[in-house]
Amino acid sequence: MKTVKIFGAVVLVAFLTAFGVKNTSTGYKVGDIATDFSLKNVDNKKVSLKDIKDAKGYIVVFTCNHCPYAVAYEDRIIALDKKYKKLGYPVVAINPNNPEKQKDDSFAKMQERAKEKKFSFPYLLDEGQKIYPQYGATKTPHVYVLQKTAKGNVVKYIGAIDDNYEDAAAVKTKYVENAVDALVKGKEVSVKETKAIGCSIKA
Amino acid sequence: MNRIKIGIGAMLISGFLLASCGKKTESETEKTADNVTEAQKTPPPAPLKVYTKDGVSVKAYDFDKLEYFLTQKNDTTYVVNFWATWCVPCVEELPHFEAINEKYKKDKVKVMLVSLDMFKMVESKLLPFIKEKQLKSDVVYLRDPDQNTWLPKVDSTWSGALPATLIYNKDKRKFYEQSFTYDELEKEVSNFK
Repeated sequence: MKTVKIFGAVVLVAFLTAFGVKNTSTGYKVGDIATDFSLKNVDNKKVSLKDIKDAKGYIVVFTCNHCPYAVAYEDRIIALDKKYKKLGYPVVAINPNNPEKQKDDSFAKMQERAKEKKFSFPYLLDEGQKIYPQYGATKTPHVYVLQKTAKGNVVKYIGAIDDNYEDAAAVKTKYVENAVDALVKGKEVSVKETKAIGCSIKA
Repeated sequence: MNRIKIGIGAMLISGFLLASCGKKTESETEKTADNVTEAQKTPPPAPLKVYTKDGVSVKAYDFDKLEYFLTQKNDTTYVVNFWATWCVPCVEELPHFEAINEKYKKDKVKVMLVSLDMFKMVESKLLPFIKEKQLKSDVVYLRDPDQNTWLPKVDSTWSGALPATLIYNKDKRKFYEQSFTYDELEKEVSNFK
């Protein structure tokens, strides 16, 4: 009887601690199913992942106009879409910032930037800032590579685009490309998570 | 007997969860004061480069060199703030760090501002900013684009968003991925005294 009591107490503690851990680390981990969304694109049309034809997965990039790190990566994001859309992994860019807090990230400015840079991918506004917290994005740029499966869109990679924000020519490891290359070949992604400096999201 | 085994197993698991929980929420580790005298003798590393403009200069380090300033073991409490001139919430909280540096100078509290501006902005943005705001705290420039390697060495919980702050002394270390008000910052610093 005594052991049952102790066991019960231990289970309770384990449950509470597990719950506590869950509370502190929000957002997706590799292996989780990522939510779909319906967000306004710079062409005023709503975009959902499920509407993108022939996709085997997606390169979801939380990015924005104002952040120098995001700007430094713009051309590389365009290049990712060019290379991987035809292989079934298109880029879907989402601006998570609240335009009221960050004027340069207004919908009008997003439209301007998309036109200037000839974005070949959707550039969506996370109106009400509801999607980025579900993903657990904390900064721009912040990438989630998803693979479409029968269960849903499985998170396969989270983190940086590559290992040098300053100089695309000096990049040694292209994390996102390596991840998507692995998925295209039906292999396991080797580096599943990386970290990089970014601008904190202004909600 | 089986019950006892399960009980012990569950205890071990909950112990593990507790430990990892503590790490996650607090991101605080107690450090021993080993090698204090030895560490004090080591001189600071030479910077990669010193940028100077209009009478203001800033030393540039890569992370291997910067690490010295994140691990000093003496009787000073160090408040290390990671920021950049383009980061609005960082610039907003800078006056609080300046105020703490001034107010607690005699109490052996030292603020260091680690700029993560882009390389091409050091001379055009960072140096003019230091001059304009007349920053009194130590400002250094971290030039190390391979962030995935060094970010976890500052703190394993850091996702990479700015601003971020590390407060440490020889006994204690705590990391904050957040913005501070003056009162919040003062309260945290006072916990280190």
